[in-house]
Amino acid sequence: MLTILFDGVSTGMLLFVLACGLAVTLGLMNFVNLAHGAFAMVGGYVTVIAMQRFGVPFLATLPLAFVIAAAIGLVLERTLYVHMYGRNHLDQVLFSIGLVFMAMAGMDWFMGSSPQNVLLPEALKGRFDVGGVGIGRYRLFLVVVCGILAVALQLVLSKTRFGSRLRAAVDDQRVARGLGIGVQTIFALTFAVGSGLAGLGGALGAEILGLDPSFPVKYMIFFLIVVTVGGTSSIVGPFVAALLLGIADVAGKYYVPSLGSFVIYALMIAVLIVRPNGLFARPGR
Amino acid sequence: MTDTTDQPLAPVARASRFLAAEARWSWLEIAFWIAAFGLAFVFRSNHLLFAEIAILALFAVSLDLILGYAGIVSLGHAAFFGLGAYTVGIMARSGWGDPLTGLVAAGVTAGILGFLTSFLVLRGSDLTRLMITLGVASLLHETANKLDWLTGGADGLQGMMVGPVLGHFSFDLYGTTAYVYALSVLFVVVLGLRVLVHSPFGHALRAIRDNPLRARAIGIPVSRRLIAAYTLAAVIAGFAGALLAQTSAFASLDVLEFHRSADVMLVLVIGGSGRLYGGILGAIVFRLAQDGIANITPQYWQFWIGLGLVALVLLGRDRLEIVGRRLVGRVLPWLVGEEKAR
Repeated sequence: MLTILFDGVSTGMLLFVLACGLAVTLGLMNFVNLAHGAFAMVGGYVTVIAMQRFGVPFLATLPLAFVIAAAIGLVLERTLYVHMYGRNHLDQVLFSIGLVFMAMAGMDWFMGSSPQNVLLPEALKGRFDVGGVGIGRYRLFLVVVCGILAVALQLVLSKTRFGSRLRAAVDDQRVARGLGIGVQTIFALTFAVGSGLAGLGGALGAEILGLDPSFPVKYMIFFLIVVTVGGTSSIVGPFVAALLLGIADVAGKYYVPSLGSFVIYALMIAVLIVRPNGLFARPGR
Repeated sequence: MTDTTDQPLAPVARASRFLAAEARWSWLEIAFWIAAFGLAFVFRSNHLLFAEIAILALFAVSLDLILGYAGIVSLGHAAFFGLGAYTVGIMARSGWGDPLTGLVAAGVTAGILGFLTSFLVLRGSDLTRLMITLGVASLLHETANKLDWLTGGADGLQGMMVGPVLGHFSFDLYGTTAYVYALSVLFVVVLGLRVLVHSPFGHALRAIRDNPLRARAIGIPVSRRLIAAYTLAAVIAGFAGALLAQTSAFASLDVLEFHRSADVMLVLVIGGSGRLYGGILGAIVFRLAQDGIANITPQYWQFWIGLGLVALVLLGRDRLEIVGRRLVGRVLPWLVGEEKAR
């Protein structure tokens, strides 16, 4: 029971790292980016390629996954996404679906369609018992890494100068620009960091979620759920939503395997009917 | 004297004349349908492809009703398509193979689902609608996956026995029956929709799309119109799904996949949303392009479709129409001029 809870929490935290970039672009900048999962997939494949072809140890590939996904995110933001900010939602949906299709077919061509495995180092394998609760080492590792990331993100957003500038830019672009804040630079940086985190999440999650070219579509709905259910007021909402989603997913698959992902979709629809703006919506917006 | 009394009537008369002109049959339309039915007698080896195009066109036309006319962005239109396909599939497997009654049954089940879920898309922003339509489609996909005793699960629905259309025309190897059957359904649906979109109902939908607040203010019952449009679109999508299952005698989870919802959106956008023939034009272009690309790189056509989509949006969807119109405007007089010169 507690083991399931723990597994759920670690899955949830992983989902949070994967989706928090989307929380900013979709939630704060109101840009419907269905291609977010593609960056996660890139991160996952960076890890796989670095480990299999160049023999880089697993832990060392994680920063690499972050950096490469962030770099791709930055380039795409500057060249393509920047034209899409002011467009209507249909255009944004079509544009990002196009990117997803390209990423999926491209990865299929580049790496083949078979699922990829990540070989974990010995130190992260296996389980140990704490007071009768079985805890996977890798799960614990996930919780620690993702927990640190979540706290760091919250601190950056709420305490630093960059964070307050970002919040200002999101709240009112024109006024922020008038105050001399480089809105474009901030958005580009944020987008890059969000993509990088997705890449890191993809690398971390390759072991748990699996990795093949259909990854962006398979988990797209999960990322969207985290953001829409969590609401957009802060980073806390998506965090709680991700935890709930992770626990519901793991528990649902364990207790009622015949229902599969049914529980999650039904829950999401129910939440959106009751609270169309998410569980933690900012009042008056 | 007469001038002043006629004055207030003039704009109304002008408006109704404009609307009547919009609803009139154009020569191009008539020529299109004659040509489409005429294809049934030539190019026999391509009839299966033509049938697929007609089915895709029907699916796109149904999406057009909610996206182009009512302005609801849906990422889960495949739910109705798939439900229609599975309805006729399950009926045909259990011995009811008559196509037309199967078609009606598929429309009814899809329509019921559409009616029930239409209440969910009434509320919220674009994003909420997107999520809910996506969620409903995923829910259905998961259901079909898990109910393998009914749907065959991931293996698909085996052993469909589809009877002859109207008791006479059985489905042949070349797909001639399939093509004529699908095209006839498309024709009837378009005829119906033609009346509908030029009726006050159609104008009300467009008013809602352009500005829901003002539409409500001038007395349009927004929710009821949207429910009706969404339900009707679901019925038509159910028809399309049923046609696919009947003509291919197979239904699998593929009919509920996300890419189906995405593809049909792309089809509609290529052809131009908010126009009756947009979906049909888009289906022709999309399917022929897909066929052409698949001949060159069978596995990776999705990449080029994606690239086309990104380019289309970046360049601007309306620009495509302007270019298209200019092209037609150049080519038509050129053709006519040539003939006159001779």
